[in-house]
Amino acid sequence: MFIILDVEGTNMAETKSARFERVEMPKQPPYIRRRNFNEVALGYTPELAVREAKRCLDCKKPVCIEGCPVEIDIPGFIRCIAAEDYSGSIKILKEKNCLPAVCGRVCPQEEQCEIKCILGKKGTPVAIGRLERFAAEWEAAQPTMDLPEIKSPTGKRVLVIGSGPAGITVAGDLILAGHTVTMVEALHEPGGVLTYGIPEFRLPGRVVSREINYLQQLGVKLICNFVVGKTRSLAKILQEYDAVFLGTGAGLPWFMEIPGENLNGVYSANEYLTRVNLMRGFEYPKTYTPVKRHKRVAVVGGGNVAMDCARTALRLGAEEVFIVYRRSQQELPARLEEFENAEEEGVIFHFLTLPEKLIGDENGWLKEIECSRMELGEPDQSGRRRPIRIDGSEFIMPMDACIVAIGNSPNPIIPQTTPELEVLKKGTIVVDESTGRTSMDRVWAGGDIVTGAATVILAMGAGRIAARSMHEYLSNSR
Amino acid sequence: MFEIVERKMIVPNLHLLVVHAPDVVEEIQPGQFVIVHAGEGSERIPLSAADWDHQAGTLTIVFMEVGTSTGRLAMLKPGDTIPTVVGPLGKPTEIDHFGTVICIGGCFGMGSIYPVVRALKEKGNTVITIMEGRSKNLLYWEEKLAVYSDKLIKLTRDGSYGYKGHIKKGDDIIRETGIKPDRVIANGCMTLSYKTTQEYAHFDVPVMVTLNTIMIDGTGMCGVCRCTVNGEMKFACVDGPEFDGRLVDWEELANRRQQYIGEEAFLVHHSGCGGN
Ligand SMILES: Cc1cc2nc3c(=O)[nH]c(=O)nc-3n(C[C@H](O)[C@H](O)[C@H](O)COP(=O)(O)OP(=O)(O)OC[C@H]3O[C@@H](n4cnc5c(N)ncnc54)[C@H](O)[C@@H]3O)c2cc1C
Ligand SMILES: Cc1cc2nc3c(=O)[nH]c(=O)nc-3n(C[C@H](O)[C@H](O)[C@H](O)COP(=O)(O)OP(=O)(O)OC[C@H]3O[C@@H](n4cnc5c(N)ncnc54)[C@H](O)[C@@H]3O)c2cc1C
Ligand code: SF4
Ligand code: SF4
Ligand code: FES
Repeated sequence: MFIILDVEGTNMAETKSARFERVEMPKQPPYIRRRNFNEVALGYTPELAVREAKRCLDCKKPVCIEGCPVEIDIPGFIRCIAAEDYSGSIKILKEKNCLPAVCGRVCPQEEQCEIKCILGKKGTPVAIGRLERFAAEWEAAQPTMDLPEIKSPTGKRVLVIGSGPAGITVAGDLILAGHTVTMVEALHEPGGVLTYGIPEFRLPGRVVSREINYLQQLGVKLICNFVVGKTRSLAKILQEYDAVFLGTGAGLPWFMEIPGENLNGVYSANEYLTRVNLMRGFEYPKTYTPVKRHKRVAVVGGGNVAMDCARTALRLGAEEVFIVYRRSQQELPARLEEFENAEEEGVIFHFLTLPEKLIGDENGWLKEIECSRMELGEPDQSGRRRPIRIDGSEFIMPMDACIVAIGNSPNPIIPQTTPELEVLKKGTIVVDESTGRTSMDRVWAGGDIVTGAATVILAMGAGRIAARSMHEYLSNSR
Repeated sequence: MFEIVERKMIVPNLHLLVVHAPDVVEEIQPGQFVIVHAGEGSERIPLSAADWDHQAGTLTIVFMEVGTSTGRLAMLKPGDTIPTVVGPLGKPTEIDHFGTVICIGGCFGMGSIYPVVRALKEKGNTVITIMEGRSKNLLYWEEKLAVYSDKLIKLTRDGSYGYKGHIKKGDDIIRETGIKPDRVIANGCMTLSYKTTQEYAHFDVPVMVTLNTIMIDGTGMCGVCRCTVNGEMKFACVDGPEFDGRLVDWEELANRRQQYIGEEAFLVHHSGCGGN
């Protein structure tokens, strides 16, 4: 494969001011990448990584750690990279984070670890995520990987339901503690949103399958095509297992509840991304999952999911792709980096715009979208200023497709089929925050199924808390 | 991997598939379906359970060859394996002591109505079963259905077997015999579901039909199976697939079904099930 590097700033002289300038990571240039599914960011070379690592001040009081939900020893792993001790670096990372290759790529660092970094006060913060990714990729490139020591078998059986980041974390932690772990997944491939949602150009499938393979090497038994609540009730599962973890995520798509939403050419983000990622529709017609190649595509929403849909539509050959978001750019929930990437690739942003009506042609296909302009009023519960419709501002945009990316609720199958399980009105499972225990005996839960759609690292953090509590329970039970 | 135990064409263009899937059949109930993925290069498609054997751990499906994925299934031989048979999915058919129930099966539905007929009979209902096809050579499982039916009516459009006519004819016969159903249940293609709803609505009892929407995951995740029932958005895979046909927005449903028709512009041959 032929890759064009666009390396900015790498020839900068090693001056004092270099301390305040982060080392850029090579990326595919926008005009190339907007038409292919290869990864956008190409990762640091060892030289670049060492140079970036040397910027870290190795603070006595590393405030960056406070920003990381799983409290990685950030200066510790960066210090190792600076000393070219990459294996030491990955070891430190893995103490707290079993998916560094994933988090290094998709964590919202600019509002977690990096926003706290002291260097951000005078210049740009240390590129913690990029370094994390570098260490993980270095490990993956080694011919052999050291498997950690597994405690002697306890004979206790654990079932992990859902193979997203929460489930992966629990499975990893409990297998190392010596328990027998089985992980079940409803879809035909494991990984949760990492596999069916986040696109190839941001998180390549190989990164996720590597992590799953690693779990299997440790001895986790993986069963795909198994829907708990349907294939087997939770009650029956509890007869066979000593403890169960629910990490079934937030997969139920919301629609806008406006006229015309069931027209052809209107998709949920999940359908669109699943067709392209999980069913490998991007290789169609080589593979057989049809994906429509629309010319003008509107994506409704402003989060990571919306950015992913818009950039996917471009890569499928759309001529014009619009993000329609009802608030302003300041409120955009997507990661800054992804917003910038989308903009560079040519996605057109319509801020302060609300779709009111989807209008079809005589054959039942979407033809145009009627929108209103919005203005911002007082802050609402979320602290963001509430968008208010400007009367009489309606206008029409001709459009072939509309992708609805306004959010997801927890997957309802297990709550529906398990009346004993306590859930809130919005469908999230109620747990004790410090342990992840649900209202049901021997059942723990964590990740998006508890919090509603959140982030990879928070799902992993919740998995870790639950795993600790599960291990404690299993060690004390007969 | 799921091993194919048997695959044969039972009538022109309709195939019987028996697959070893012990996990799927363990808790399966009438009216549920599975999602099958025949491997790289196929789609995930929904297919109804037509029968099962708990002891052998096998699931029986009757499917019609209409496109790429069903075409691949039609080439399977015993001993072959396929990567995905997941389920049972969807809400089971409501089985209760209703009184008199009319069960209608057309095309693959002559197979998938069978577990429903059996369960209703075992619950003590009077079961009137109607099997419908274009011609005699397209009817199957008559003997199996007869075992659990108090009355078995055969309809062919060319009159080559049983009564001559289509779904309307069945309704005429029911009326002539003075039967008052407490519930009507139909399985088969969209045309059959739609026509049954129309013809049997006058009885003023639930007309439960299976909606053949397009599906991907079958777990409520993608929303492609959405339909409007009683003015509300429903996901056929988790809220259905069975709904009271009298409350369904049929026009929208028919429209959504043809979404990928352009991409699948090659072969679509119909053996003439239903009335299209
Ligand atoms: C398009 C997209 C982009 C995103 N981008 C980012 C990003 O850049 N950064 C970030 O931090 N976060 C991002 N997120 C959010 C992040 O991916 C999620 O918060 C995270 O994956 C949640 O993990 P989880 O383990 O709780 O659930 P999931 O990853 O949702 O996994 C749940 C799994 O459980 C399975 N399952 C469900 N029900 C059952 C059942 N009954 N039986 C068996 N299996 C079942 C599902 O099929 C699924 O595979 C993004 C999300 C999406 C959709
Ligand atoms: C709950 C449920 C249960 C079903 N049970 C059975 C069954 O037991 N036996 C059986 O033969 N079929 C059943 N179907 C229909 C079956 O899923 C489709 O025939 C199948 O998806 C077609 O796949 P294909 O790739 O071979 O055809 P495609 O190449 O996808 O399509 C070929 C033609 O079939 C049409 N088509 C596409 N998807 C569907 C669909 N979901 N339903 C009907 N037509 C479709 C297309 O518009 C096109 O005209 C069921 C559908 C649902 C939703
Ligand atoms: S896991 Fe995420 S938040 Fe923590 S250090 Fe890594 S990139 Fe930062
Ligand atoms: S705050 Fe910044 S400079 Fe200080 S240790 Fe953390 S990453 Fe290094
Ligand atoms: S098939 Fe995806 S939600 Fe029903």
